[in-house]
Amino acid sequence: MPQHDVLVIGAGLAGQRAALAAAEAGASVGIISKVHPVRSHSNAAQGGINAALNPEDSWESHAFDTVKGSDYLGDQDAIEIMCREAPDEILHLEHLGVTFHRNELGKLGTRAFGGASAARTYYVADITGQAILHVLYEQLMKHDEVERFEEWFTTALVKDETGRIAGVVTRNIRDGSLELFTAKTVILATGGNGRIFEPTTNALICTGDGIAQAYRAGAALMDMEMVQYHPTTLAGIGLLITEGARGEGAHLYNAQGERFMEKYAPNKMELASRDVVSRAEQTEINEGRGFPDGTVALDITVVSKQRIHEALREIVMVGRDFAGVDITREPIRIKPGNHYAMGGIKTNVDGETDVPGLYAAGECACVSVHGGNRLGANSLLDTLIFGRRSGAHAAQVARGMAMPSPAGEELARERELIGSIVNRDRTGRRVSEIRAEMGAVMDKHAAVFRDEEGLKTALETIRRLREEAQTVSVDDKGSVFNQDVLGALELHFMLDNALCIVTGAIERKESRGAQYRTDFPERNDEEWIKHVNLTANADGEPEISYSDVTMTQWEPQERKY
Amino acid sequence: MPDYTLKIRRFDPESGQPAYWSEYDVEVDPERSVLQGILDARDKQDGSIGIRCSCRAAICGSCAVKINGKVSLACNTAIGEAADKAGPGNPIVVEPMNNYPVLKDLIVDMDAVHWRKIQRVTPWLLPEGPPPEREHIVPAESMIDITQSMACIQCGACVGACLSLEVDPEFVGPAALAKAYRFVGDPRDGQEEERLRDLAEDPHGLYDCTHCFACIEVCPKDVAPMSQIMRLRRRATSDFGIKDRNNGYGHEKAIVGMIEKWGTLHEAQMPPRSYGDGSMIKGQTEPSAVKALIADLPTALRGFRAGKMTIKKVLHHPKLPGQENVRRIYDEVESKDERLELNMYIVGESGGEEQGAMSEGGLES
Repeated sequence: MPQHDVLVIGAGLAGQRAALAAAEAGASVGIISKVHPVRSHSNAAQGGINAALNPEDSWESHAFDTVKGSDYLGDQDAIEIMCREAPDEILHLEHLGVTFHRNELGKLGTRAFGGASAARTYYVADITGQAILHVLYEQLMKHDEVERFEEWFTTALVKDETGRIAGVVTRNIRDGSLELFTAKTVILATGGNGRIFEPTTNALICTGDGIAQAYRAGAALMDMEMVQYHPTTLAGIGLLITEGARGEGAHLYNAQGERFMEKYAPNKMELASRDVVSRAEQTEINEGRGFPDGTVALDITVVSKQRIHEALREIVMVGRDFAGVDITREPIRIKPGNHYAMGGIKTNVDGETDVPGLYAAGECACVSVHGGNRLGANSLLDTLIFGRRSGAHAAQVARGMAMPSPAGEELARERELIGSIVNRDRTGRRVSEIRAEMGAVMDKHAAVFRDEEGLKTALETIRRLREEAQTVSVDDKGSVFNQDVLGALELHFMLDNALCIVTGAIERKESRGAQYRTDFPERNDEEWIKHVNLTANADGEPEISYSDVTMTQWEPQERKY
Repeated sequence: MPDYTLKIRRFDPESGQPAYWSEYDVEVDPERSVLQGILDARDKQDGSIGIRCSCRAAICGSCAVKINGKVSLACNTAIGEAADKAGPGNPIVVEPMNNYPVLKDLIVDMDAVHWRKIQRVTPWLLPEGPPPEREHIVPAESMIDITQSMACIQCGACVGACLSLEVDPEFVGPAALAKAYRFVGDPRDGQEEERLRDLAEDPHGLYDCTHCFACIEVCPKDVAPMSQIMRLRRRATSDFGIKDRNNGYGHEKAIVGMIEKWGTLHEAQMPPRSYGDGSMIKGQTEPSAVKALIADLPTALRGFRAGKMTIKKVLHHPKLPGQENVRRIYDEVESKDERLELNMYIVGESGGEEQGAMSEGGLES
C-alpha cells in the first residue's frame, strides 16, 4: 500500500506545480492522474498568463483589475497574494524552460487581454497552457523522486477516525485493481466541471470528480453558481477561440454588420470582461441581430497575416479543422459557451479546505481569486500560485506528523459500488442519455441569463437524473481500461456538481459577474457581497451558509468597461 | 444526418482471443470527427469500445489511431472525409497505431515506446550556471523557432507511422528527436554539443532516420519531426564536426559532392567517398576507410556478377545533360551568408503554411 507525505490528485498545472513544490520542500510525493499528465485540460489555456512584471506595471493594478473583474466577489487578500507573487512565478517558469514570447530586445514580451488595464499577458504563441504543462512535465521526468501514477482514477477520499484526511481510494485503469493509498495530506487538483454543460469548451475529462469527492467528504463548496461562459466558442461542438484573438485586435460583429460592443462597453470594446462580452453577444442573438444559427461573427482578418501565423496558429488550425473557415480571410461564427468554474472547493490562501489535511488548488478550488468572473489569463496564474502554495504548505504540515491510519470501510465500499455497476443488468437508462439530458438542461437554464423558474426546472431535472443514475449499467464487464464504468462514476460526480451549481444560482438573488438573474437584474451590494457556501448533509443534499468577502483596499464601485 | 459505418479493430486482452473486427453504423454530421462517430457508437451501442480521448480539439494528443490505414488524430479527422477516402460502400477502418503494443482495442502502450524514447533524450533544460536575476535575454526568433517543436502534443502519431522504427525498434524516433531539437535549439541550454554528440553517436540516433517523410505527413501539429532531425544533423556536422557511427556524415558529403560533380550518383565511388568524408583520396588511403572498403568487397563482387556493375561503369560516369543547372542550385545555396533555416513560424504567410514545413524537407532530400 503506497504511503506519501503529500498525495496530489490530478496532474494539470496545479497538480504538477504542487507536486514539484512539495518535493522541493523535502516531502515524499505521489501524483495520481486519470489521464497521462500532458493530456490534462491545462493544455487548452491558449492565450497566456498575467503578471505585472514590467517595471511600468504594478501588482496593485493587476489586483484591482482582478477585483473589478470579479465584480467585487473575489477575496482581496487572496488576489493580492496572487498578483504579488505572479512576477516571480513567471520568471521561475522561464528559468525552467518555458519558451515565452520575446520582444525585439530579447526580453519577455506581452499581449493585451480582456479586463486588463495594461498589456501584462505573457504567452507562448497561442499554446501557453500546453507549453507550461509540458515544461512542468519535463521537470517531473527529471525529478523522478516524485512517484507518478498515470492513468489511475481516484474514486473517493478517505479519512481517519478523527475526521482528518488519510488517503484516497484509487483504481489502476490499466488492470482494474482498486487500492487504498495512505497519505498525510491530499491535494485535490482535479480541474473543472464544464462537462455538466453541453456544449462546453471543456475536455471530456472535466467532470468535477474532485469537487464532488470533497463535497462528499464534508468540505464546503463556495460560489458554485459562478459559471463562466466564454464569449468566443464554436457553435455546436463548443471549441474555444482564444481571447488572444481579441487581444491581438479582432472585432465582433452582429449579423447587421454592427460592431455591437460599442453599445455595451464603449471604452474597452471587445476587451471588456468576459461576462460583459458574453452577455452582450447573447443579447444581440436573443434580440434577433445574430445569425440564424444563433451566433455572431469574430473577425480576425483585421490582424496581419504574419502576426496570425506567429501568434494565433492554433486558432488557424481550429478554424480550418473544426469550422472549415480560414480565419486569415473571413470571419468565424462564434457564441458564448460554457468554459470555466469560478466556484469550487472552499480554501484559504494556502489551499487548505474545511477538512483537516485536505487541500485544493486550481479550477476545482475556490480561494476565491476570481469571484463572480475570472479575467482571461488569470487561470494559469491561479493554478501555479496556489498549486505551489498548497504543495509547500502540505509538505510542511506533513513533516511534523505520523502516517495516519485510514478508516477501513471506504475501500470495501468503493469496491462494492464499482462491482454493483459492472454486474448490474440493464434495466434503467444509459449513462450517455442521462449525461445528455443534464448537459442540455444546464445549458438552457444555468447559462448566461437565468431566472428562478428555469433554475427550478433544472433543479427538478437534476434530482430526477440523480435517482436514475443509481441504476445505470455498463456494457464493459472487464478490468483492463474499463472506461465504461469510469464514465458511470463520472456521471455521479457531475450530477453532484450540477446540483450545487443550480442550488447556488437559485440562492443568489441578484446579478453579479457571471450570474445574471433576469428576475433580479441589479447587483445588490447591500445583501450579496458574500460567498454562498454549500455543505453536504447526511443525505448528500446541499446545506446553505454564507461567508464574508475579504476586502482590503478596494471598495465596490459601479463596473464599467 | 448521414449514416456512416465504422469498422473498428477490437482487442480484449482478458479474453485470450486474438483481435477481431466490429462494425458500427453511426449517425453523425459529415463535418464532425471520426472520434465523434466512435463516441456515438460507444454511447449508444457498445460501451466497451476502448479509445483514449479528451480534448476533441487536437491539443491533448490522446486519440492517435490509424484511419483507413493512415495514422491520424480521430478528433481532427472529419468523418465525411474519412468516408470519402474509404470509397463508396466501404466502411471507415479504424485500427490502433503500428509500432506500439496494443493494450485494448485502440489503446496502445505509450509508456513502453513513446515515453521511453522521450526519456532517452534527457528531456529537460540544462542551463549553464545559476539562473539570471530576471529572464534569460534571448533572440525573439529563437523562441519562435523552437515553438515549432514545443507545439508537439506527444500524440505519438509520428512514432506510429515511422518506417525506420519498423526496422529498428530501438530508433530514438521522430517525436523524441523533435523534442531534442527543442533543447538543442534553445539558446538557454548549455549542453548543445553534448546532446548532439550523444544522439549522433548512438547507432539508433540521428542517422537512423531515412528521410521517408512519414512523420511530417502524419503530424497533426505541423511539428515536421524529420525537419527537426535534419536541423540536428546540420548542427552536429557543420557546427561541431561530429562524426557518427553510421557514417551518415560521410555518406551525405559523398552524395552532395557527386551530385555537384555529375548531377547523378556515381555508384562505384559511393563507398570510398562515404568512408572518406566525401573525398576519393581520403577514402582510399586512410586505414579506417580501407578497412571498411575491404569489408564491402563481397557486395561489390555481387554487383559485378549480377551485371549491375561493370568495369566501364566504374571507370566512367557521364554527366547529367544540363548539369550546369544543378550547379546553379549549389551556387545559389552557397552564396548565402547564413545557413538557410526555414521555419514556418518565422516564414509565416510568405512561405505558405504547408510549404514552410515541406520546403525545408525538400532541400534535404
